[in-house]
Amino acid sequence: MAKKESSFKNMTIALFVITAVAGLALSAVYSVTKEPIAISQKAKINNAIKMVIPEFETIADTVLMPQDGKDSIRIHRLLKGTENSGIAVETYTDKGFSGRFTLMVGFAPDGSISNIEVLEHKETPGLGTKMALPAFKDQFKGLKLSELPGEKLKVKKDGGSVDAITAATISSRAFCDAVNRAYETNKKGGNQ
Amino acid sequence: MEYIIIIISAIFVNNIVLAQFLGICPFLGVSTKTETAIGMGASVLFVMTLATIVTYLVQMYVLVPLNLAFLQTISFILIIAALVQMLEIILKKVSPSLYQALGIYLPLITTNCAVLGVAILVIKKDFNLTESVVFTVATAIGFALALVIFSGIREQLAIADVPKGMKGIPIALVTAGILALAFMGFAGLV
Amino acid sequence: MNQLNNFSKGFLRENPILVLLLGTCPTLAVTSSAMNGLGMGLATTFVLFMSNVFISVVKNFVPDKVRIPAFVVVIASFVTIVDLLMQAYTPALSNQLGIFIPLIVVNCIVLGRAEAFAAKNNVFSSFIDGLGMGLGFTMALVIIGGIREMLGAGSIFGYKFIAEGADGILVFILAPGAFITLGFLIAILKKINKSS
Repeated sequence: MAKKESSFKNMTIALFVITAVAGLALSAVYSVTKEPIAISQKAKINNAIKMVIPEFETIADTVLMPQDGKDSIRIHRLLKGTENSGIAVETYTDKGFSGRFTLMVGFAPDGSISNIEVLEHKETPGLGTKMALPAFKDQFKGLKLSELPGEKLKVKKDGGSVDAITAATISSRAFCDAVNRAYETNKKGGNQ
Repeated sequence: MEYIIIIISAIFVNNIVLAQFLGICPFLGVSTKTETAIGMGASVLFVMTLATIVTYLVQMYVLVPLNLAFLQTISFILIIAALVQMLEIILKKVSPSLYQALGIYLPLITTNCAVLGVAILVIKKDFNLTESVVFTVATAIGFALALVIFSGIREQLAIADVPKGMKGIPIALVTAGILALAFMGFAGLV
Repeated sequence: MNQLNNFSKGFLRENPILVLLLGTCPTLAVTSSAMNGLGMGLATTFVLFMSNVFISVVKNFVPDKVRIPAFVVVIASFVTIVDLLMQAYTPALSNQLGIFIPLIVVNCIVLGRAEAFAAKNNVFSSFIDGLGMGLGFTMALVIIGGIREMLGAGSIFGYKFIAEGADGILVFILAPGAFITLGFLIAILKKINKSS
């Protein structure tokens, strides 16, 4: 078949047909994948909550807490049956070595930290990434921030009680910052 | 203060070429002479800023309200391609001297993934328009900086006594690695 | 024989990364582990052979002057399809590769093959070419990712072979390691291609 010549009409028709087909194909794929994407995102949050408060069964409600001028933080209140099984807070810090990272912090009903899960981060592989390992984050288990001086976690270098990761003090400090933020936000409004 | 952090982080800490790996093709391709590196850097600064502003507005006022965010990739690349083409035509008419200086780099920019990359990044980072512009300009300066430094080194490398198998691209890549190592020293600055 | 040649050239003789030096951005950025390299490689392969086939089908309907924009639209559509599918069915990998999935659009390999091969050859040859090039790309990515993961993290495809708690040579999973590994690989392949 002969090649179409580059007349204005031919060019317009060809481009129009291709874009139309592309648009149609994309909307079809989009509508098919929309649900699985939403499900997988929900599953990700659910799994993270499960990691920090293993005994939870349902999310009673989710509160959006605006931070002054910054992104808001989500607080999930959790139930086991009808009983309060704690709170999971999606928190973040901008003080990480490579910018923002996000954590899920679980508080048991008595206010102590039950576990912490790293959600997303860009920290240096092999150094800052160690914050996701039990060796580091297990030291937070059972801590009550309300009993700490100034109600704040600090690394030992700054006069606090947290053992920082070797060669990753900045990541460790940022980790504390994120947990502190979770605690404060929760204290301010999570109990309303 | 916020802006200063964005600027320093985009130029040094998260340098687009050496830390984020965007725009490697022109980084390796046009970095044999300092002069061409400067030309390329300037063109990228120009196109990148313009492209980010347009794509940002399209995303915020067209794609999101119409619920068409999934058309992001396809519309951004078309906008960038059209923009580059238009710029080429306008420059040719309005400022032939500028066209002479930047003209040959313009077609190359369409396939420079740094331009599309930054356009997508500012959306992902939830920047507002001013922050986006500041971030883009700083990123482009970071790109130009890396390109100029690298071209300076490569001018020296051309006359250095390099083992035969490593000549050309291999030694250039290893040098880029060492340069990236040097830029890692800026990490933790912000 | 000819088709076999079309298929195999992507591996060594015209390997897109190691010989033609196309698509270096994703190569360096996502190869911090062998698994990431494999994921990125397969996503690119899919886009490559789908767009190759599609373009060789429509090549006669598209006037020359609007060839490039038409090809870009086709490629961008397939990229978006891959992006959506990965978000839906492999969310973890999609998260890891992040911005580099949409950036397959500007991967010079894809447009390069469309322009240099698919626009001139029949559907079957284009299919073979896209598949071969894509798998050659994937192979290079897995090799680079594997080397970096082994040296940098002491593991391969996530299986650790050094003592628990021990570290690898960290620099290899960081940015500088990507450049250095690719540099040496290219030098080695140059040697192999010369001697054969």
